[in-house]
Amino acid sequence: MITFKINDEEVQARPGWTVLETAREYGIEIPTLCFHPAVSSSGACRLCMVELREGSWSKLVASCIYPVAEGLQVYTDTERVRNVRRWVLEMLLAACPASPEIVQLAAKYNVIRSRFASKDPDQTCFVCGLCARVCEEVVGLSAIATVDRGIHKRVGAPFARPTDICVACGSCITICPTGAMQKIFDSVRGEPATALTQLA
Amino acid sequence: MHSQSTALKVGSWRLQSAQDLNKLREQILSERDPARPEIVICHGTGCLANGSDKVAKAFKTAIDAAGIDAKVVPGIKTTGCHGFCSRGPLVIIRPKGLFYQRVSPKDVEEIVKRTLVEGQAVERLLYKDPKTDDLIFTEDQIPFYKLQQRVVLHNIGKIDPTDISDTIAAGGYQALAKALSTMRPEQVVKEIEKSGLRGRGGAGFPTGKKWRSALNAIKKKGRPVYVVVNGDEGDPGAFMDRTIMEGDPHAVLEGLILAAYALGAQQGYLYVRAEYPLAIRHLEIAMAQARAFGLLGENILNSGFSFDARINRGAGAFVCGESTALFTSIEGKPGNPRPKYVRSVEEGLWGRPTVLNNVETFANVPLIIERGSGWYAGLGVSHSTGTKVFSLVGKVNNVGLVEVPMGVPMAAIVEEIGGGVPNGKPFKAVQTGGPSGGCIPYRLKGTPVDFDSLTAAGSMMGSGAMIVMDDTDCVVDVGRYFLRFLEEESCGKCLPCRLGLTRMREILDNFSKGQGTEQDIEDLTSLAQAVQDGALCALGSSAPNPVLTTLRYFKEEYMAHIRDHKCPAGVCKDLITYSIDPELCTGCMSCARQCPAQCITGKKKAAHIIDAEKCLRCGICMDTCKFNAVVIS
Repeated sequence: MITFKINDEEVQARPGWTVLETAREYGIEIPTLCFHPAVSSSGACRLCMVELREGSWSKLVASCIYPVAEGLQVYTDTERVRNVRRWVLEMLLAACPASPEIVQLAAKYNVIRSRFASKDPDQTCFVCGLCARVCEEVVGLSAIATVDRGIHKRVGAPFARPTDICVACGSCITICPTGAMQKIFDSVRGEPATALTQLA
Repeated sequence: MHSQSTALKVGSWRLQSAQDLNKLREQILSERDPARPEIVICHGTGCLANGSDKVAKAFKTAIDAAGIDAKVVPGIKTTGCHGFCSRGPLVIIRPKGLFYQRVSPKDVEEIVKRTLVEGQAVERLLYKDPKTDDLIFTEDQIPFYKLQQRVVLHNIGKIDPTDISDTIAAGGYQALAKALSTMRPEQVVKEIEKSGLRGRGGAGFPTGKKWRSALNAIKKKGRPVYVVVNGDEGDPGAFMDRTIMEGDPHAVLEGLILAAYALGAQQGYLYVRAEYPLAIRHLEIAMAQARAFGLLGENILNSGFSFDARINRGAGAFVCGESTALFTSIEGKPGNPRPKYVRSVEEGLWGRPTVLNNVETFANVPLIIERGSGWYAGLGVSHSTGTKVFSLVGKVNNVGLVEVPMGVPMAAIVEEIGGGVPNGKPFKAVQTGGPSGGCIPYRLKGTPVDFDSLTAAGSMMGSGAMIVMDDTDCVVDVGRYFLRFLEEESCGKCLPCRLGLTRMREILDNFSKGQGTEQDIEDLTSLAQAVQDGALCALGSSAPNPVLTTLRYFKEEYMAHIRDHKCPAGVCKDLITYSIDPELCTGCMSCARQCPAQCITGKKKAAHIIDAEKCLRCGICMDTCKFNAVVIS
């Protein structure tokens, strides 16, 4: 067993666990959106950031992918952690105003309003990629991917070509943290010519 | 390209030992007449763009036509970039080292007649000292070169990069021969450790420490181990690595082979961005020649050590310069960074121990092995040893590539080597480290340029781009530029980077329109810190640096935008008006003719007027006016 501290409390973890897994084992709350135990973690949403400290040195890491190690000192609710959380949630509120899940999560962390204007009032997808991961890792098909990069990144069919390998198992819809996949689903496997324009 | 040595035919030589290499070197040197005139024509990307290939062609024709005696026919050599890009195309006549600048094909006949036949200089093509107006005849007397210390670049501008015999004559592959015949791999790692060499890609991680960690990882995980060159240089304004790959590809290759020997790697990769076709071509030629000479591939120099490498071309994503994104790209996947809590030396390419170093880092390695770590550690300053190559661009007289020892003051690079700002004013700030770095203001011009001092000033060394700005550059606009660049270049995976950079840029967009409050500046700072702390890879976490440093050093200029609705630098279009000074306007009408909005009126020989309502603020009138009558207020 590996022994370390979360919020000054001693915790024990099995080798290979992440900080998040350990925290959940002990009932210590860390918010997540792009994490799901059924698939590999990608560290994309950054809501699970925690602060590591060692003397005067400190650093933020994503707890969903940070491997446990002997003697770590982890803090889950410091000023720096709250600052990242606050801004990610404010930006998510503006990016996905139509998602009740995100509104709820933000409210839980006292983010009620966003300083940013929303560009698409119907948007619910924030491109966490859980749909693509579950399709690849659990279903074994890779019928969904993230397409393009930077601010243009979005969920779509691999190589932007709607695919016929989808078996309509519904895993992506089940795993989607905001319900966005329900809307995207048909366009990923939809008519080839129009699917992408529907997405964008 | 023209090859000097006719005796060497690639393929007929396979070197079997260090002695063989020395014999070959002596033979090449003995075939050369040091007194023979040689016309060196820069064929770096900058000079080529200015037509240096046509200059080379003109020389060939002119020499043939001049019918110079067969014994003294001058050689023509095309080389990599000489660094003085603002003066290109450059032609140097050796052995005397006469330095001609801005040579065009129509100057060639005169050079051949005056210099090669009559032995006189063509004065109008010489460099003139801008301070004293004295003519300077040779390269080494020009202040731009005189104040530099060219170590990594020592061969560039002297050798033909497409001819391995030139490299061998200049001492290339001596370090490899030395290592293979007299050093154990472990000793190579130790030498690099002792040299104090730090990675030239930006972060300045000690190279020896990286190699040592890789050796430790190999002990645990076994081989294979991979060595990779990061040639995905993408910072706006940076061209150090391109120049090294184009001008001295064998140096990079030799450094890579030495690293492979030190770590016991059998396969290496050179990841070079596809936008560098000349660098790729020269590396391909160099690799083919090195293979033919037994310096790369099976059983190198008959030592029993085998290593080969291949070039992978980056397809245009800036983020692929980030180590983990580079690996996923080589693996054939989209270039997204991986969460990197396990270091690349333990789990890099294909999940194997991997050493990834920058082009310039690798180019330093043969020098350290050949001349010893003690010599190298004596260059520069104690925690940043050696030299660093910088690309000096922006509002500076001598735009080009410079190499200086670490630790020289910023002012020495910008004002002495760079010749200062064109209009003689002091510079306003220097942006180091590209979009990941920060702005160093004029009042910190004494800052020593080394890894730690730049970081302490809020910037970073980065790969070595230095963008000089003057009082016509607006810090808000600079911040917007870099953020726009990174918004497009972000991989889009993590939220602080994908959403945060856009939101930061939007706040700056508002400032540039004269909108915004002090609360916005506070929010911007706080959001910038969240991006810095929260982003998944170095692209995102360093992206706020330009904004944070300008907020730190130029807060007043931000305030001028939001409080006074003014852009002091006269850049932000919504905050400036163009007008015509009636005293200076001669009524030549040329601005009125050029104006795309047709908003300039006025009669011939009478002062013109700009209609501010219709004006697009494109600045064409200002560029057109020969009398400086167009002013921004």
